[in-house]
Amino acid sequence: MPTTLFKKPNGLTDKKFHYCPGCGHGIVHRLIAECVDEMGDTNNTIICAPVGCAVFIPNYFVYDSIHCAHGRAPATATGIKRTHPDKTVITYQGDGDLASIGMAEIIHAAARGEKFTTVFINNGIYGMTGGQMAPTTLPGMKSTTSQSGRDPKLNGNPIRICELLATLTGPAYIERVAVDSPAHVIRAKAAIKKALQYQKEKLGFSLVEVVSSCPTNWGKTAVKAMEFVKTDMIPYYPLGVYKDIKEGK
Amino acid sequence: MAKVLMKGNEAVGKAAIQAGCKFFAGYPITPQNEVPEYLSRELPLAGGTFIQSESEVAAINMLYGAGGSGARCMTSSSSPGIALKQEGIGYCVFGEIPCVINSVARGGPALGTIQPSQQDYNQATRGGANGDYHIPVLAPASIQEAVNFIKEAFEIADVYRTPVIVLEDGLIGQMMEPVDFDVPVKKREHTPKSEWAMGYGNGNPHLIEGIVMDAPMCEKKNRRFFKEKYEVIEKEEVRYEEYMMDDAEYAFVAYGSSSRICKTAIKTLREKGIKIGLIRPQTLWPFPQVPFQNKNIKLFIDIEMNMGQMVPDVALAVNDKNKVKFFGRCGGMIPSPEEVVEATEKIIGGAK
Amino acid sequence: MGETYRMSCSGFGGQGVMALGKLIVYAGMDEGKEVSWVPSYGPEMRGGTANCSVIVSDEPIASPIVSQNISVNVVMNLPSFHKFVPETAKNGIVFVNSSIISEKVEMPGVKAYYIPANDIANELGNPRMINIIMLGAILGVLPIVKAESIFASGGAFEHVFGVSKAKFIPGNKVAFEKGMECAKAQM
Repeated sequence: MPTTLFKKPNGLTDKKFHYCPGCGHGIVHRLIAECVDEMGDTNNTIICAPVGCAVFIPNYFVYDSIHCAHGRAPATATGIKRTHPDKTVITYQGDGDLASIGMAEIIHAAARGEKFTTVFINNGIYGMTGGQMAPTTLPGMKSTTSQSGRDPKLNGNPIRICELLATLTGPAYIERVAVDSPAHVIRAKAAIKKALQYQKEKLGFSLVEVVSSCPTNWGKTAVKAMEFVKTDMIPYYPLGVYKDIKEGK
Repeated sequence: MAKVLMKGNEAVGKAAIQAGCKFFAGYPITPQNEVPEYLSRELPLAGGTFIQSESEVAAINMLYGAGGSGARCMTSSSSPGIALKQEGIGYCVFGEIPCVINSVARGGPALGTIQPSQQDYNQATRGGANGDYHIPVLAPASIQEAVNFIKEAFEIADVYRTPVIVLEDGLIGQMMEPVDFDVPVKKREHTPKSEWAMGYGNGNPHLIEGIVMDAPMCEKKNRRFFKEKYEVIEKEEVRYEEYMMDDAEYAFVAYGSSSRICKTAIKTLREKGIKIGLIRPQTLWPFPQVPFQNKNIKLFIDIEMNMGQMVPDVALAVNDKNKVKFFGRCGGMIPSPEEVVEATEKIIGGAK
Repeated sequence: MGETYRMSCSGFGGQGVMALGKLIVYAGMDEGKEVSWVPSYGPEMRGGTANCSVIVSDEPIASPIVSQNISVNVVMNLPSFHKFVPETAKNGIVFVNSSIISEKVEMPGVKAYYIPANDIANELGNPRMINIIMLGAILGVLPIVKAESIFASGGAFEHVFGVSKAKFIPGNKVAFEKGMECAKAQM
């Protein structure tokens, strides 16, 4: 008898991801779908697509979905969750979307303790528009708008979102994970699952920051990009739980 | 029920609740603050959600989510705040979100002044979001009409799945008049939310669409809007009032507060033997065409609390720009009936 | 019948000019008349001059703003006196709070009543009642609305100040009558 060892989660459509080789989006999409499936919410979830490479999220998930204005997903998700308090509501946002143009929306949604989950992809660069500097671009890191490398004297230093949001009382769960190694991917899935569980228990706002890669705009191979996550990104963006109200943290 | 005396802004809030509004998001700005103040107190009692958003931008995007989830929803603001909402209004248009935007205009540009103005005629009828689109704009001239129009706006929004703007000014928002909340508004047939809204897909995903990467598909969607929504709205939803037009040789064209000033001016002018009436558009888009076909009218005198933003619409409707004259005050100044009388005599005198 | 009162009430914020106007429009509405009330609003409300336009009429009200041709002009402080008195209509009537305004109205055809509202209020031991004293003066000489419509149970007073304030009606009635006597004595 053949045994199924691995299959596509029910929450994903049959459409092939358009993401570049070595990009973290595909992994994270899959993790979300797995978690939602395991919680039995495949037909009970609404996902908010950002502006950025993940704008095509509605093509890949079987959930009801919405294309949000740039940075506004937390406001839009607020409207959705308040209307459907028993649905699982997820925003999926990149670093330009969440930490630059949408900073006000994410802070206030978190401060209000809105009961949805944000999956925040931090790859330190604008992907879809072609590699411009993000608020999370590391010092010295080259982008098309910081061609000699990010100069903190000119551009300030990168913003650490988990640390910033953890100062608020509204969030119930905040964790930073990465998807550069199998061990980290397993940990990332556990974090997403926990965040969704906290949402389900209506404990407050939850956010999982995923330190990810953008080989195309970083100008690296897929393998080198994953190495860069480990050697450069994670040291600046330490992994771990920043807020967990159940653990008194 | 007997009439009650109410401030325009509070009456708008009450009308929204009566219309079944279940979600309101807004940000404080004068002269519409009584709308969120009223709803913060009353909407939760009616089983709805009130959110004081972090910004106007957030408020309209909350509507995008709530309306996209099938909730009857409204936001309210004033000129600079409506300017901030424009991007989100574009998303609500493209995503086909039924929602009501209450706009209580003040003098501009910029922070301008907080006094009443009609300087947002273009902002409402032309809009500031990107792309080709129209939004129905209802312009009440009294608190009673504001109440009726808010209720109708929710119906129109549902029928065509579009944002609807109710454009007032600070005068309508701040004044008190007796109002009857029991004037019936026709409930209208519309596509049930279970067929399109988020939260009702059940594995057959409902998408609120903000992007169509494929240009031919994007064009197709635009053309569908024009054919299925805008052409129908232009045919079905035009509203206007004609006042003392039966024997008129001249016509004021005015909406909202300025139309009331014209009515006072008409009394004085008629006492002086000038046969003048009023054409009052109640919808600014779609703009009425029929009353402007009146061949007895020698001059159409557009009176606004701005620098003449409606003139091009009047000239197009009259199809003779030489027959269209204008007088207005702006920046929060309200013309007095006496000023309007004087300006009219000058205009008519010059035409003889 | 056919009468239209175009009224302006002006003074310092805190003198109760807005409430004075509201009392009249509530009473007017209850008597089946057409009414409107337009406040000034914004920064001038905070400690500066405040004013409201009130119209009570037997006909539908077109423009609700009363900034010119004021037929009933209530001025409670000096800046308001200077700003609004010149806008009084021919044959209009001005009510002046003479406790803090020493100037006189000198316009041909315009009748003025000088009501020392602050002094009367102080005598009564409640300086907050100056607007009610003024209201008494106005209704003492002009039949805009009936006194019963103001003070009756469920009337204008309870609407404007809340039912919980109904216990203050007797005291306010006294102030109202003092204002009325003062104006009638000048007829």
